[in-house]
Amino acid sequence: MTGERIVAVTMPKWGLSMQLGKVTSWIVAEGDEVGVGDELADIETEKIAGTLEASDAGTVRRIIARVGEDVPVSGTIALIAPAQISDAELDAAVEQARAVIEAGVPDDAGGGPEVQTADVGGRKISYAGVGEEGDVVLLIHGFGGDKNSWLFLQEPLAARHRVYALDLPGHGASAKDVGVGDPAAVLAGAVTGVLDALGADRAHLVGHSMGGAVALAVAVGDPGRIASLTLIAPSGFGPEINVGYLRGFADAQTRRELKPVVGQLFADQSLVTRQVVDDLLAYKRLDGVDQALHTLLGVLLDGDTQRTDSAAALAAIGGAVPVGVVWGAVDSVIPAAQAQSVTGAVRHLVDGAGHMPHMERPGQVQAAIEETIARAR
Amino acid sequence: MARSITYREALNEALAQEMERDESVIVMGEDNAGGAGSPGEQDAWGGVLGVTKGLYHRFPGRVLDTPISESAFIGAAIGAATAGLRPVAELMFVDFMGVCFDQIYNQAAKFRYMFGGKAVTPVVIRTMYGAGLRAAAQHSQCLYPLFTHIPGLKVVLPATPYDAKGLLIQAIRDDDPVIFFEHKALYDLSGPVPEESYALPFGEANVVREGEDATIVTLGRMVHVALSAADQLAGEGVQCEVIDLRTTSPLDEDTVLESVEGTGRLVVVDEAHPRCSIATDISALVAQKAFGALRAPVEMVTAPHTPVPFSGALEDLYMPDAQRVANAVKTVTGWTR
Amino acid sequence: MTDTVERRALTRDELLSAYRTMRAIREFEERVHAEFATGEIPGFVHLYAGEEASAVGVCSNLDERDTIASTHRGHGHCIARGVDVAEMMAEIYGRKTGSCHGKGGSMHIADLSKGMLGANGIVGGGPPLICGTALAAKLKGTGGVSVAFFGDGGSNQGTTLESMNLASVWNLPAVFVAENNGYAETTSSTWSVASDNIADRAAGFGMPGVIIDGFDFFAVHEAASEAIARARDGGGPTLIETKFTRYFGHFEGDQQTYRADEVARARAELDCLMRFADRVTQTGELTRADLDAVDAEVAAAIDAAVESAKAAPLPTGADLLTDVYVRY
Repeated sequence: MTGERIVAVTMPKWGLSMQLGKVTSWIVAEGDEVGVGDELADIETEKIAGTLEASDAGTVRRIIARVGEDVPVSGTIALIAPAQISDAELDAAVEQARAVIEAGVPDDAGGGPEVQTADVGGRKISYAGVGEEGDVVLLIHGFGGDKNSWLFLQEPLAARHRVYALDLPGHGASAKDVGVGDPAAVLAGAVTGVLDALGADRAHLVGHSMGGAVALAVAVGDPGRIASLTLIAPSGFGPEINVGYLRGFADAQTRRELKPVVGQLFADQSLVTRQVVDDLLAYKRLDGVDQALHTLLGVLLDGDTQRTDSAAALAAIGGAVPVGVVWGAVDSVIPAAQAQSVTGAVRHLVDGAGHMPHMERPGQVQAAIEETIARAR
Repeated sequence: MARSITYREALNEALAQEMERDESVIVMGEDNAGGAGSPGEQDAWGGVLGVTKGLYHRFPGRVLDTPISESAFIGAAIGAATAGLRPVAELMFVDFMGVCFDQIYNQAAKFRYMFGGKAVTPVVIRTMYGAGLRAAAQHSQCLYPLFTHIPGLKVVLPATPYDAKGLLIQAIRDDDPVIFFEHKALYDLSGPVPEESYALPFGEANVVREGEDATIVTLGRMVHVALSAADQLAGEGVQCEVIDLRTTSPLDEDTVLESVEGTGRLVVVDEAHPRCSIATDISALVAQKAFGALRAPVEMVTAPHTPVPFSGALEDLYMPDAQRVANAVKTVTGWTR
Repeated sequence: MTDTVERRALTRDELLSAYRTMRAIREFEERVHAEFATGEIPGFVHLYAGEEASAVGVCSNLDERDTIASTHRGHGHCIARGVDVAEMMAEIYGRKTGSCHGKGGSMHIADLSKGMLGANGIVGGGPPLICGTALAAKLKGTGGVSVAFFGDGGSNQGTTLESMNLASVWNLPAVFVAENNGYAETTSSTWSVASDNIADRAAGFGMPGVIIDGFDFFAVHEAASEAIARARDGGGPTLIETKFTRYFGHFEGDQQTYRADEVARARAELDCLMRFADRVTQTGELTRADLDAVDAEVAAAIDAAVESAKAAPLPTGADLLTDVYVRY
């Protein structure tokens, strides 16, 4: 793996529209040894703040990006290299990297997931995919989320798979109508519709929170098509749920009301930037969203407890599909203890993460997904 | 998030989407289509700066050109609003308010109150304001303080394409008379705007930039001037919080007061004339309700107490610019007793 | 001025209704005149006594699809459109039970449910609004007609002139009624109106104009009927000028030193109620007893209105801030 050559640590692409990011603080210094998954730097983009984790082990030989300067996506910000690489070689690489940073965003900057739409039962469903080869992996967000919530995961997974993320009905750029009859079926139908549009007769599903229940419903309906299920803090595995969060999210009308609600999703409050709250507020103000969210509350809740029975759905699949479950240890929306009810699943508990481990500890979540996918082979 | 369109296109889209959704929405104004009775093209202009282009053909019978009779057609829009329509009338330049102001401030604004709560007047009056195009004294004024002063009116000033679409949709859906101010120098400004319909609430200011050292309260085109100043100051280590009021009536007092409680220093940037302006209004609000938090007197950056001059050399001096704003911030941050 | 107008035959009920409405306006205004002199009525009142035939002659042709806008001298138009007399009196006394909950007063009495878009404190304020209600009726296809009443003073306001032009340009179902009572405050209309008659302007605005004896209910009714039918049928607006005199001052308290003795003569020889009564009793369509019964009924109703107004509660501090916006 590592050890022989210079490894460039690059500015990641967190989000479809990201072109620039900046290091807000370096966690490692030149000379430090790092392992895979170790935190390297705090990074801030227009949309979000997060922590860059090492995807390679080795010695940090050069720190290139200065704190606070704009770096284009894919620009090299640091070098990891073994001791035998000469300073001269490193300096040359640094010079090249600095030239890229000084040049700014190239005109043809693009790349990243390509957004497409499918018509599923008269509803426009938006989805984005990246990755050239491997199995199809479809990422399904939760209540109030959208395909961009996979921003830290989609590219890394795409190294080995064709990774898609969709906006469920009522969310993101998809149609906002979730129907009144059976919204759960509408959501599951949208997932199936996207798989059809992709021409995928086999796919791995990754579902977060409500998206986990949706993934299970799809698998129940067509177990032969689903190669594996990774459930991240899925709904429906116990009665308890933070109804204050759910109702607060659906009801909030202003930034002041929304910010503390969104804070409940994360262990690290610094992730709740003004832009994150503003983007959520802009989504909630789109015509139809208020109605969709309140309709879905009826699907998720029975009074103050969970209505969904994901355990039954899992039982109906009867072990035909390998299952992994990931849960943030400090999840204050759905208690991590409910992971015990995901029978037959390999459990991954993520320390220091709340209800959004795929945003707070993407490296660990990625590893959990790969582990689940591997069991499908 | 969304594709990028201009402020003008965002307004056009708001009108088109609302007219599609609700057939009681009609548009009227001078040359809002253009070509009425003329031998050539119909919808020749779509408004003097093109905001209403295309609506005439798309919604037959619902885009009405008018003679140059502001008091009659603004009054007609108001009367029609009491009778079940939702008119969006255009007062081409707010400088023309003098010829129809009675219908706005004595009729529309007061019906609900004077008639004991029994009238509903859901009219929107769109109007252009602001200097910068060398349009001279009678085509460049702001005047929104005059409308803000009148109980019964709502006064809206979007600064970005996203705000323009969402606030115009809200204005059309709102059941009260709304005066909707569009800065003529912003029509070509591009920004991200969702394709779907959405409404932004009135009385909610937007914190466009966070900062702990000083609060800049501003509105309309001056938001961009303030942001330039804030960028410049950030390079010098001064972090400004920039608040875009978005609506002067209703006014989001809480956001302003909260910010000043945090920074202790306030600069208000207002393109209007200095006397009885939004600058004086906000200054008085803060002096009354956040006096204890203030660590320096309030600085106001406004136009001078003169008509708008024609010559570019003078007009550029007339309008507040980023340097004047930055200077004002340094004054409040550097102030000692 | 004509007194040989061909009148279409009105039914007994229509005649009684017209008489009752005119009598109600007369009694209302005479009573307000008397009560105002005691100092109990606040603010300004502008009385319509003498002009009843105009309001009733026009409004008796209207139905629930139609809208009118009035002037500061609006009590007559309100009553002619069926606004509740007791609520009107309470409003004039500034009581919470008034038509506008005490927040409008004499000059702003309105009842949109009865197609009465309000008396208006701004001379010439009504015509543009009426262009609007007419536009709404036209676009919604209701068949409704909108009528703007204004005075000789208001006939010179830019808003009135613009509105007449706009109504013709947009071909609106509107009627413009210029009530020429000879004075705009103290200024004679023969001096302030440049043309010989207000109705002479009609051609300049692309519409027909007629001059009618404002003391003659039947003449007004006939002319209005034609204008309203024209508007309803899509034939566009008409300008009707009714000529008469007002019996009281511009406002109550006006010493009227600018006048000669035309009021005495009008009351004696031209009065619309007297002429109506003479005519219908002559033809036998109604009897004196019919009319006396109406007089008594109306007098009792006005008495009751004044009593209840004087006893009604005033609005309170809690009412001060309400009704500025539909949604705050």
